[in-house]
Amino acid sequence: MASVKLEKINKVFGRDHIIDDVDLEIGDGQFVVFVGPSGCGKSTLLRLIAGLESITDGDLRIDDTVVNDLPPRERGVGMVFQSYALYPHMTVYDNMAFGLKLAKQSDETINDRVMSTARILQLEGLLHRKPKALSGGQRQRVAMGRAMAREPRILLFDEPLSNLDASLRVQMRNEIARLHNRLGSTMIYVTHDQVEAMTLADKIVVLNGGHVEQVGSPQELYQRPATKFVAGFIGSPTMNFMPAQLLANDDHGCRVLAPGVGELALPQDASAQPQSAVLNIGVRPEHLRLAEPSGDNRFEIVNVEYLGNEVYVYLDPKEGDTLLIHRSEAPSQWEEGQHVALVPDTQHVHLFDDRGAALDLPAQRQAA
Amino acid sequence: MTARQLSKIAKRVGFWALIVLIMVYAVFPFYYAVITSLKPSSDLFRVELWPSTWDLSNYAQILTQASFLRAIFNSIVVAVSVVFIALLLGITASYALGRVRFRGRSTVLLVILGVSMFPQVAVLSGLFEVIRTLNLYNNPAGLILSYTIFTLPFTVWVLTTFMKQLPMELEEAAIMDGATPWVTITKVFLPLMWPAMATTGLLAFIAAWNEFLFALTFTLTDAQRTVPVAIALLSGGSAYELPWGPIMAASVIVTVPLVVLVIIFQRRIVSGLTAGAVKG
Repeated sequence: MASVKLEKINKVFGRDHIIDDVDLEIGDGQFVVFVGPSGCGKSTLLRLIAGLESITDGDLRIDDTVVNDLPPRERGVGMVFQSYALYPHMTVYDNMAFGLKLAKQSDETINDRVMSTARILQLEGLLHRKPKALSGGQRQRVAMGRAMAREPRILLFDEPLSNLDASLRVQMRNEIARLHNRLGSTMIYVTHDQVEAMTLADKIVVLNGGHVEQVGSPQELYQRPATKFVAGFIGSPTMNFMPAQLLANDDHGCRVLAPGVGELALPQDASAQPQSAVLNIGVRPEHLRLAEPSGDNRFEIVNVEYLGNEVYVYLDPKEGDTLLIHRSEAPSQWEEGQHVALVPDTQHVHLFDDRGAALDLPAQRQAA
Repeated sequence: MTARQLSKIAKRVGFWALIVLIMVYAVFPFYYAVITSLKPSSDLFRVELWPSTWDLSNYAQILTQASFLRAIFNSIVVAVSVVFIALLLGITASYALGRVRFRGRSTVLLVILGVSMFPQVAVLSGLFEVIRTLNLYNNPAGLILSYTIFTLPFTVWVLTTFMKQLPMELEEAAIMDGATPWVTITKVFLPLMWPAMATTGLLAFIAAWNEFLFALTFTLTDAQRTVPVAIALLSGGSAYELPWGPIMAASVIVTVPLVVLVIIFQRRIVSGLTAGAVKG
């Protein structure tokens, strides 16, 4: 168990600045998830912590010791790879014992550690099999067992579930969550799947283009996204965005005009924005109400998806080509081809400036 | 019988006729060598496809010659050493060329390939000087050195291709487990590279076993000769007679180890040769 601290970490490959001034603190026993679109640098950041890539600039501390120049085996980290990367010619037992043997542990210690790890991961019956005789989920567990057997201070996961089919993924996600509860060790997990991030993490780090967009708990990220990028990335189906013009600012918040939707009174403080600035409003699909059309507020329903417990209604946005989404519990009265008015729940509307930063709510509202 | 069935039969007959033709073309020279080796010298020039008398005197004659047995021993020493050195250097070089990113890597690979393009004769005189300077003339070590030079490019290329296909994450997993590059090569990569090593090793063995020009040039005495030279220098009863019977018997004897090796390794050779072709 250990804490990790990243101080102004940079990684440059040739001319590409992959990781740009990343600061991050990971507490002892925390489950931290790095999430972001492909190419955002999340895997590189994990590999920097693992020691598989060298840090161009900045300090990486594990338990207050700078480990920039230590090889992986001296950092006390274990890693689970996306492709599992099990040694194909070794049995499950030997796969897990390999690192311990290299660390020159006694045969008894090796046996004890492998057996206790196998017990935790329910691999006892498989110890004499080769990886090719295992199912996907079993390989995944062996890969975790190999990383755990050396009792590392930090466990790293690089998109460990992306090679599994959907149902197995949910099951393994649960196992990883339970494993973390049971071991209590520090874990860092990389994924592009925001559902995995939301369900597993104590703390989510959203990365975009090599820098940190926002760090926070799943609730914080969902309810108070700091940027438009985070707002669009977290949550499924994604948040709806519409342009809106700032009309006025007062003590209770501001008023904006969203073309097609009409005037909205929002609680955000827009006093820092210039007069009639063009902003973006963001509304989650569940915070959008549909009503009978009135005047300009008239959107066409282009598709209705029935999912059993809930219904997604897709609407023609008039401007741009990203469909607007409304989510409600099934059954739904709406049908394709109908015209409806959009009524956002103004208490849950997010407001972003032209650079994508979220506008703050007044202090008293934030505290409540 | 319909026309369709007829054409089906005709195609099948044609197919097998073609196979027989190829078989005869490939195997007949060797078959004739075996036949010849089993004939007494009086029958040597009577053409027949199945010998009327079986006679092992040619084999007896060649196997009682001390110089021939010595040549077989030399050939084994030389070929085994070449295979061992070529694989050792090949594996380590292919790790560097296949796995380590460094400037000029492709240049090195091209130079290695370029070396193997020269005909043996072109480097013969230069190599002779090298071998004399190193004091290896008339010494099997000289042959080992020169064969390794010609075997390594192929070995390195095939092994590098193979090494590049091993997943990067496998090596990284070994690094996370605390393995040094040497441990990674010997404990993780080697067990996975047996097919490629069997293929390249066998081809290196065959090349070293059959090589003639260097063996003839760099050795002087019977005691240092390898088999191909020994066979070529077999002499008959008089200067005007080539002892075809013993020559054929000797050829059959030295070919047998190769056939046995190929049979032992054939499955691995096939998987080794195709391993580079398609993604498994």
